Amino acid sequence: MATAYSVTLRTPASTATLIAAAVLIVALFAAPAYASRGMIQDLFFILTMLTLAQYWNLLAGYGGLVSVGQQAFVGIGAYALYGAVILGGADPILSILLGGVAALLLAIPTAFFAFRLQGAYFAIGTWVIAEIARLSVAQWRGVGGGTGTSLPRDALRELAFVDGIRALFDVRASAARDILSYWLALTLAVITIAGVYWLLRTKRGLALAAVRDNTEAAKSVGVDASRMKWVVFLTSAFGTGLAGGLIYLQKARISPDAAFSVTDWTAYVIFIVVIGGIGTIEGPILGVLVFFVLQSLLADYGSWYLMVLGLIGISVMLFAPRGLWGLISERTGLQLFPIRRRLVGGSNTKREV
Amino acid sequence: MTMLSLQNVSKSFGSLKVTDGVSFDVPEGQALGIIGPNGAGKSTLFNLITGNLMSDAGSIRFDGQDVTRVPPMRRCLDGVGRSFQIPQPFEKLTVFENLLVAATHGRRASEAEVTGDCADVLERTGLMPKANAPAGSLSLLERKRLELARAMATEPKLLLLDEIAGGLTDAECKSLIQTIKDIHAEGVTIIWIEHVLHALTSVVERLLVLDFGRVIGIGDPGEIMESREVKEIYLGIDV
Repeated sequence: MATAYSVTLRTPASTATLIAAAVLIVALFAAPAYASRGMIQDLFFILTMLTLAQYWNLLAGYGGLVSVGQQAFVGIGAYALYGAVILGGADPILSILLGGVAALLLAIPTAFFAFRLQGAYFAIGTWVIAEIARLSVAQWRGVGGGTGTSLPRDALRELAFVDGIRALFDVRASAARDILSYWLALTLAVITIAGVYWLLRTKRGLALAAVRDNTEAAKSVGVDASRMKWVVFLTSAFGTGLAGGLIYLQKARISPDAAFSVTDWTAYVIFIVVIGGIGTIEGPILGVLVFFVLQSLLADYGSWYLMVLGLIGISVMLFAPRGLWGLISERTGLQLFPIRRRLVGGSNTKREV
Repeated sequence: MTMLSLQNVSKSFGSLKVTDGVSFDVPEGQALGIIGPNGAGKSTLFNLITGNLMSDAGSIRFDGQDVTRVPPMRRCLDGVGRSFQIPQPFEKLTVFENLLVAATHGRRASEAEVTGDCADVLERTGLMPKANAPAGSLSLLERKRLELARAMATEPKLLLLDEIAGGLTDAECKSLIQTIKDIHAEGVTIIWIEHVLHALTSVVERLLVLDFGRVIGIGDPGEIMESREVKEIYLGIDV
């Protein structure tokens, strides 16, 4: 029968998402014009956590690689930046890229070892490697050893674009630096989400889903499963390293315990992805907002804060394993970033399920 | 020309020898049936041919090349397609996407190039009404059809079918046989493991009997079915 078939990924919601996303991005870039410095700092925190969450989601939700060692790449990215600025006198903003490269370089031997481990052993293996990285960096006297160090004042004062931002918004140098970091974080988050979305829409994205669902069957239909894992692991490491460099450029102070913190850079990130909805792009976005609200509400309650986070995490895993976004899309059928290809045309349209 | 050639292929799991010095050739374009009791090592033999398992000894040649140590993904690209005995769909992908993965990666092609072919396979296997349903929602029968469809989507030279007729109604079985006959008529070499003997013998030109990992007979289906060993060992009839 002479029927023409075509494939579509578009949903009515996805077109609306695109427009809303464009408006939101413009509004966020313009935020320094109307938002307070505290709000800019909060947004910086949300955007960097969102970036980390998207990369962990790519790793665990799409690649099936449940890593508990992403703090290795945050830490090494941050320390590469400090090393380059303090010891090499490099430009701090360009050094963020160096942070990504350093994380990539660390990821190669990490993957070499960790890919020999499966499931829970992989998770523990990545954690162990992150601890080794932390202990090794703590021996590095040039950047303060175990106690850490600060970014030199000169480097901060000569930070590119800061003078321009000061003039533009009529703010102090420290506020201008926050605005600069915020813009960089926004750029990184947008590139990350767009990049992940693009990847998932290519045939590599299909292969990734196939490997996650059934590795043996994927190999049998010609999918290079191990290459997919490498691609995902190295991409995540690079992006996580960039985020690490940026986070500590904004903090201007670093120590091995903070930069390689499993709680801050992996546990919180897992919490964000799990409560938001693992294996979706929407999940981490929703998750980071919930996480931020909880953190603001519970900030004064000390260790109760962590216990409440833990309880919420467990409840979501038990009662809504696909996360809050999973609940919403189940009820409404909403997909903001559709990746499902639908075959339309031919005899199919009439009989579509 | 010989499409597939096994020479003294052996595989053990611990002390259990599941494939024991198996040798046979399959000429290009032939349909070979494999029968044998449960646990005879039939599916293991398939896993060795596809590379999902690596043999301990012996050699496997496919389409003129030694593939004994070649990984499964590369063998698929060379033209080995398979179905799994227990269906292994990509559950979170739709039926169409299952075929799309196979076609784009198994043939190193772009999505646009293979969309029409995938739709064609869906029509031929009767899965078109389910094209956009998640594979995880399919019934067992539909999953078996998806196994066949996904293997077809890679456009194999050699198609390995592992018990895809079990549990079908007569009508379903007939249409399945016709589909396989059509694929065979296009020149695809087929190896088919099946317990539904009338389905098997209506398609294959040669029959191989496996027992305890060894080939105990290979030849004309009629003669093999009448042979003393088959009746004794496979059909459990005391002759």
